[in-house]
Amino acid sequence: MSILINKETKVLVQGITGRDGAFHTSKMNDYGTNIVGGISPGKGGSDVGGIPVFDTVQEAVDATGANASVIFVPAPFAGDAILEASYAGVELVVCITEGVPVQDMMRAMPVLKQNGTKLIGANCPGLITPDECLIGILPGKIFKKGNTGLISRSGTLTYEVVNMLTTSGLGQSTCVGIGGDPVAGLYFIDLLEMYENDPETDAVVLIGEIGGDAEEQAAQYIKEKMTKPVVAFIAGQSAPPGKRMGHAGAIISSGSGTAEEKIKAFNEAGVLVAKEPGEIPGLVKEKLGI
Amino acid sequence: MKIHEYQARNLFRKYGIPVPDGVVCHSVEEVEKNVPNDEKLRVVKAQVHVGGRGKAGGVKLAKTKAEAVEKAGQILGMDIKGLTVEKVLVADAVDIEKEFYVGLINDRNTKSITLMASAEGGVEIEEVARVSPEKIIKMSIDPVMGLMDWQAREVALQLFDDPKQMRKAAAIFVKLYQLYKETDSSLAEINPLVLTPDKQVLAIDGKMNFDDNALYRQSEILSMREATEDEQKEIAANEKGLSYIKLDGNIGCMVNGAGLAMATMDMIKLYGGEPANFLDIGGSSNPQKVVDAMNILLSDSNVKAVMINIFGGITRCDDVARGLVAALKNIETEIPIVVRLSGTNAKEGLEIIREYGLPNVSTMKEAAQKAIELSQK
Repeated sequence: MSILINKETKVLVQGITGRDGAFHTSKMNDYGTNIVGGISPGKGGSDVGGIPVFDTVQEAVDATGANASVIFVPAPFAGDAILEASYAGVELVVCITEGVPVQDMMRAMPVLKQNGTKLIGANCPGLITPDECLIGILPGKIFKKGNTGLISRSGTLTYEVVNMLTTSGLGQSTCVGIGGDPVAGLYFIDLLEMYENDPETDAVVLIGEIGGDAEEQAAQYIKEKMTKPVVAFIAGQSAPPGKRMGHAGAIISSGSGTAEEKIKAFNEAGVLVAKEPGEIPGLVKEKLGI
Repeated sequence: MKIHEYQARNLFRKYGIPVPDGVVCHSVEEVEKNVPNDEKLRVVKAQVHVGGRGKAGGVKLAKTKAEAVEKAGQILGMDIKGLTVEKVLVADAVDIEKEFYVGLINDRNTKSITLMASAEGGVEIEEVARVSPEKIIKMSIDPVMGLMDWQAREVALQLFDDPKQMRKAAAIFVKLYQLYKETDSSLAEINPLVLTPDKQVLAIDGKMNFDDNALYRQSEILSMREATEDEQKEIAANEKGLSYIKLDGNIGCMVNGAGLAMATMDMIKLYGGEPANFLDIGGSSNPQKVVDAMNILLSDSNVKAVMINIFGGITRCDDVARGLVAALKNIETEIPIVVRLSGTNAKEGLEIIREYGLPNVSTMKEAAQKAIELSQK
């Protein structure tokens, strides 16, 4: 078991003929991900390294039974690509594309809800269940199968932490990079709930950042619902307050968004918060009593 | 992207939101030329991208044209929180019976645009939000339906007792939403929205920010960009594929990835140093990017040491190291540089750095400590 993806997951690549799409398709394929097709409108019938290319997501789903899709199309078209995958009945959509306009993401949200589509991202590195399935741009090499779950708003910082976990003997069940955009798909609480219900996950590492109040909400959720231990790290503790936060930003979260507030919320929920990334593996072991 | 108050007022006008008359002037001469010679009460307001103008003396009343000229002379060239005032708005002052706050924002939690309004308008709105959040009315807007008239009325009804005024305000909310939606705004505020003694509803001050990701389809908005010196640096960095924010410390940082860049700054601070900037070079190991990034870092005269922190994922550390060495050969500097490479092919990368003769370390913590030590020499 794991969350969201496993060796049965059948993956489509939207934007497979683009530079990034083609490169990461071959990386995912090498890792062992079951890539069943790609989409590139107008190039249906061709193939990329033996992977069949379709004109539309619906055609690809009908032909392959795919249940997941990863998006590499350029930002102006990414919102539409998410919608296309959702209307084609793809269950899990992972949008790697960076720079998607916020309103395009907002417009997609009611449709995703209506169709029951799970979205990761946009602007995220993707997710991985080690030794089974990698969707996105994560460096597969640093991951190791195990029982620690990981959720992160960041990319390379995630790799840094995963590398530390792996080298200290803590393998991972599933790691999910949820992305750093203000409006994104699945978030901390959605994933914490999945980890709580996953028999293969013993502990969860949560890597947050300043801004918004998703970490505070996660802390509240952990306090009320989680039985499994959670260890957190918040990036941006040294960022000057107020940077890039207008009146309305401060208002909507009632003045929250700073690292101090997030750390305080976690402490109150019994979550151990690492002062620096290097402390994370030790804290996980402490919580697990190993 | 931010715009000035006078630019927000122009957009309000275009969308039918009533604002008092006013002119924007770049010099005292322009005030002489453009302000009518009468006894109307006017307000002279500094146009800078920063809050708290009033408290800093950047907003003054003028009873006559001569006074408007005089006050403009005092405000133009003034320094407000490190920004020089280059323009003033000279606008008709209005009598105020009551002040309100109206704002639209991209709400992370509801994943939609949210309309906010409060009967407690004016400069202390942040304080109101902090102390009594219940005084802020919030209405979440369906991205497909938009702000519906009944929603606008439902909010306006809580602010105005008189039906005529209520309808005027509701119409303004709907217009502000149209403006917000059509321009890919990320923040639009009218603060204050006022009720005058003759029962007009007017937008007195406006603030708008825009989604940088959507500027490619907002050419009119983009043409309004008037960046400050620091912002120009940030924009220039962006155009080179770098994300840069200047800070006040003396340790320059170059990192791949935003989260790792923040964690690097945190680490420097944790061990007693002060980061000079946030700089994310993104995923590429292109030597040109490293050269550009180094040039930006070294253009900050506060920088006494540079810490380069790279975690190779898909990017290979030996590629990055070669890029770094190529870059450093083209840059003459006395500033000490500490390099930390980890992840894919880190060993090979560090070997290249060692041969070039730079101090190199294997963990973030060591790199931060070393950079701090070198910055204090």
